Amino acid sequence: MSETLLETRSISKDFSSVYVLRDVNVQVIKGEILGIIGENGAGKSTLMKILSGIHAPTSGDILFEGKPVYIHEPLDAKRLGIGLIPQEFNLIRELTVYDNVFLGSELRRKNGLLDKKAMMTKTRELLSELSVNIRPEERIENLSTAQKQMVEICKAVSVDAKLLIMDEPTTVLTQHEIDILFRLMRRLREQGTTIIYISHKLKEVKAICDRVIILRDGAVISTEKIEDLSTMEMAQRMVGRALNQVFPEKGTPTPDVVLEVQDLTVPGVIENISFKLHRGEIIGLAGLVGAGRTEVAETILGVRKAEKGRVLINGQAVAISRPADAVANGISYLSEDRQGSGILVNFTVIKNITLVSLASYCRSILRLILRQKERASAEAHARRFNIKAPSLDTRLEFLSGGNQQKVSLAKSIDAKPAVLIADEPTRGVDVSAKQEIYRLINSLAAEGLACIFISSEQEEIIGMCHRVIVMRQGRATGSLEGERITEEEIMYLATGIREGAA
Amino acid sequence: MRTSAVAHAVRRLEYQKYASFIALVVLFVISAFLSPFFIRPANLVNILSQVSYTGMISLGMAFVIITGGIDLSVGSLVAFDSLLGVMFMNYIMGSVHNELVAVILGILAALAVGAATGLLNGITITRGRLAPFIVTLGTMAVFRSLALFIGNAGEIQSQSNIYGGFGLINILFLPVPVWIMLLLALALDIVLNRTRYGRYLCAVGSNARVAVFSAINVDRVKVIAYTITGMLVAVSSVLLSSRFNAVSTSNTGMGNELDAIAAVIVGGTPMTGGRGTIWGTIVGAIILGIINNMLNMLGVSAYLQGTVKGLVIIGAVYIQRQKA
Repeated sequence: MSETLLETRSISKDFSSVYVLRDVNVQVIKGEILGIIGENGAGKSTLMKILSGIHAPTSGDILFEGKPVYIHEPLDAKRLGIGLIPQEFNLIRELTVYDNVFLGSELRRKNGLLDKKAMMTKTRELLSELSVNIRPEERIENLSTAQKQMVEICKAVSVDAKLLIMDEPTTVLTQHEIDILFRLMRRLREQGTTIIYISHKLKEVKAICDRVIILRDGAVISTEKIEDLSTMEMAQRMVGRALNQVFPEKGTPTPDVVLEVQDLTVPGVIENISFKLHRGEIIGLAGLVGAGRTEVAETILGVRKAEKGRVLINGQAVAISRPADAVANGISYLSEDRQGSGILVNFTVIKNITLVSLASYCRSILRLILRQKERASAEAHARRFNIKAPSLDTRLEFLSGGNQQKVSLAKSIDAKPAVLIADEPTRGVDVSAKQEIYRLINSLAAEGLACIFISSEQEEIIGMCHRVIVMRQGRATGSLEGERITEEEIMYLATGIREGAA
Repeated sequence: MRTSAVAHAVRRLEYQKYASFIALVVLFVISAFLSPFFIRPANLVNILSQVSYTGMISLGMAFVIITGGIDLSVGSLVAFDSLLGVMFMNYIMGSVHNELVAVILGILAALAVGAATGLLNGITITRGRLAPFIVTLGTMAVFRSLALFIGNAGEIQSQSNIYGGFGLINILFLPVPVWIMLLLALALDIVLNRTRYGRYLCAVGSNARVAVFSAINVDRVKVIAYTITGMLVAVSSVLLSSRFNAVSTSNTGMGNELDAIAAVIVGGTPMTGGRGTIWGTIVGAIILGIINNMLNMLGVSAYLQGTVKGLVIIGAVYIQRQKA
């Protein structure tokens, strides 16, 4: 059982003299699920990219099944039987499932034309082996995120992968979909496939892995059997210091209503959403993926047209038809899709932070930008948010996910909004950055900011919010307050087992 | 450890920023060796004045390309603007008998037409949600055809003697068009790098969705870019028709759109938008001008010059991508 499948011997990697991996020795045992955890920038992804041929190590050796191997390009990895399921899917939306599964290794007939029938049959076999119910001729664009993930797995397995590397596979999945994925992983393990599982979510690592390797600053900190380590210990070793209380103490909201939403309805998307938000209050929007939480935010911001209902600011109805109107009315948005609608990766830290509030840094009819004022303000944010960047003139593409997110948050609040809609504010962010983001939102609320907090992580909702609105299929199924905010109650309402008093 | 990566990134950035300047210096030195006539002041001034007409158009093109768009109609618009300007001037001269007033009104008419056509491009692109390439490909055909129709596909002479002169006056050793190009570059460089509009221009080209969520009126930013381009085209048209004191509806502005785009690209602004450089664009225009000039001096067939220009453009983009 404890036969070694893959071994790295003092692998190091530097990018233009910056070390990202130092003397990494890892043993992967045949037939196990090995968890690899670490903060953003600890070197997890780099290590996996080396194993799958995307990067070459600066020094060190890789042994596969006892023999030294050289993995120079992804094709080499494929030949050895190493399959990588990347964080961002590598599927072509317009093609069918079987086209994607056989992409790059298409089956052909004697005359050179594609043998679609054979590919379809083979794909069907693979899918049923994995007990996944997807039609091989379905187009990728018609699949749910979880199904796409299944196709990625199918694609990796189709080349008889001995080692499967999964990079943050559950970030975009719902709990139900995660359960399916875990079942699938266990079945693969029974069939003899070895899996490396990279994740930020320690609970999941604890649930699925046999062993865990912890990376910090490019080096292996410890390798343990999963039963010897609690999630708290994992977190502490990742960060390298004891973690105290994760969530800060909740403040007390004031009685003044800042934002009121009445009967907001977008046909087929959200229905009769109403709530009042007070100064200093953090109100949570919980629910499964697709319950309509982001859509509520988008409707308030004017990205979606409401058919019915209205939005009141300080008791006055306001007309908002695009995000610019929302900002003018003191509503700011922290997007769940950081790179898609939150930040500009090729803009510097300063330019991102002041993008929304740029008008307040301009002077004269020429609208000349007061650069010193801009810099001073960005400096203040960077200090308060503990943004780690080489300089404020560094472009965001060179920053880690957690720091990008802090910049995104700074950008959202620089215009000093009365209301902040924070949509999945800690997605793809490591433990310590998460903690900082919680503190920030909490302290902003203490200063009087009213916040709508959208999250799929129930711990966050429970730890941060004064009140929680649970949504299901576009409707509010219930509202929880104080002691009643528990994981069970949220799940009952989110899955429709119970409808609470709204 | 971290700082060295940054230093590296900064070096890379600086290289990109100055790549076109370095190329210009290298080209200048090589040209000076190849031909003793090249470095004569008269020749250098000649290059600058040849470059200035499309040079100022390329400044507007840079703005448009930074937003992620393109304007193919500028060449046709040169003909259309100058034709309407000169015809209006002739008409006024016939009725008012004050030449100066007529010239001024003619110039204003050309500028107004330029702004209006740019606005039209911008509004069609943003309101119609159409690709800039398609819209301006269409207006390129439309304005050339209208110019040919109105001018009977012939040459329209200006009836003013003042008009034909001012485009050739020298101030401090340089002709008026060169000064105008440099002043426009100075102003637009400030707009791009120091004003809110310039910042928004880059934001829109970098990621329009992020710009929308950042409370930026994306459509307005784009419309303004196309309008500025239209006005710069008009300035160029006025100077060009003044130089000849006439407008040829079939030849004027022919191929200017490609020269303007080439200057922007050679100057270091990426086609994908999001960032760009005004002085780089001027350098790009001058590089293309020097190449033309050298090929002429070395007696290379006029028919082959396009090949060299084309290869330079492709090479410039290739080098920029390698270093990016």
